[in-house]
Amino acid sequence: MKSTLRAEAAAALIPDGASLLIGGFMGVGTPERLVDALVARNARDLTVIANDTALPGRGIGKLISAGAVSRVVASHIGLNPETQAKMISGEIDCELVPQGTLIERIRAGGMGLGGILTPTGLGTEVEDGKQTIEVEGRTFLVETPIRADFALIGAWQADYVGNLFYLLTARNFNPVMALAGRTVIAEPDSIVPVGVIAPDAVHTPGALVDHLLVHR
Amino acid sequence: MDAKELIARRVALEIRPGTLVNLGIGLPSLVANYVPADAGVYFQAENGIIGLGARPPEGMEHADLTDAGGGYVSAVPGAATIDSAMSFGLIRGGHLDVTVLGGLQVDEAGHLANWKVPGKMVPGMGGAMDLVTGAARVVVAMQHAAKGVSKIVPECTLPLTSARRVDLVITELAVIEPTEDGLLLREHAPGVSVDDIRAATAATLIVADDLAEMRFA
Repeated sequence: MKSTLRAEAAAALIPDGASLLIGGFMGVGTPERLVDALVARNARDLTVIANDTALPGRGIGKLISAGAVSRVVASHIGLNPETQAKMISGEIDCELVPQGTLIERIRAGGMGLGGILTPTGLGTEVEDGKQTIEVEGRTFLVETPIRADFALIGAWQADYVGNLFYLLTARNFNPVMALAGRTVIAEPDSIVPVGVIAPDAVHTPGALVDHLLVHR
Repeated sequence: MDAKELIARRVALEIRPGTLVNLGIGLPSLVANYVPADAGVYFQAENGIIGLGARPPEGMEHADLTDAGGGYVSAVPGAATIDSAMSFGLIRGGHLDVTVLGGLQVDEAGHLANWKVPGKMVPGMGGAMDLVTGAARVVVAMQHAAKGVSKIVPECTLPLTSARRVDLVITELAVIEPTEDGLLLREHAPGVSVDDIRAATAATLIVADDLAEMRFA
């Protein structure tokens, strides 16, 4: 059985300066109550690794607006004007990574690989300062693995073993990120009795999950 | 027909029955309106769905069923939802038959720039670099000029999206195929002459022997 926490207690586990993998795509699949609790505890100097920073007032956008974030690693920030403004002013250090490369770097980190070889970014400014390698006559860019102190995961259902099931397009980065956080906190919409999620329906095995968020 | 509709209806002819297709946000997303529902075409979105359908009627949206822009969509029968690694495995691995993307510039080498205007617009590349690098066929759907300035140029001045040569460029004036030898003008819009197109294009064009008038879905 997993430890269950309220959102405030989970946010208290996450110190200022921590690096966070946060699931979601434009806020869909983002653990919103965890984000709210981090804002409420006035978290500072966080590194956020995520596909995007959503919109002001939604998901990771709330952390950006609250001034909780000093570094962002993302594929797209174009729909959040606050992130763009803070990047331009220097308040947030921003690393932009092609989306397919970002998910594979996180996967490499979580799966114990030394990085990935990808053709994406070759011949563009993404290649600057990076090593290239030739394999069977094709050139690839070497991209390094990503891990973080915490992975904050949004799921639809969990059981008390920590097995997770995601709904529709809310899956996105979540299952891969659950491999790459040193501590993994999952926020399900509901926690169901063990056995309700059938073994074949488990998207993220409970073995990866350290803490489950309860509603109240 | 306005310019965007004209472009979308011409692009729709590039979508073959039974294929897997990714449409970019904005103009490219209009193409879906002109692909017959019975063509067996499945639309993929980067956030993790194959079988994207139209926005549902008001009140029937689901917060966890969205496209890559975060807008509500439906799922057609046979749809599959997948994680981001699978989604980009499809894209980068060449399993995607066609991607249709917008463009800021295309040059004589067939290079596309569509993700950054240094100092002005730095939104991030999202999935664009993977799409252009990995899709079996890359179609650029864009207006011929922006504020009177040709978007088809001798050499891109904006940061490139990929070193890969795109397969086709469709504007409201012309259909242009980037080739090893340069930009081949294949089709002209109705009522638009080759001279009109040349006058509107900063890049050098080679006129195809079998130059045709554009058709529309």
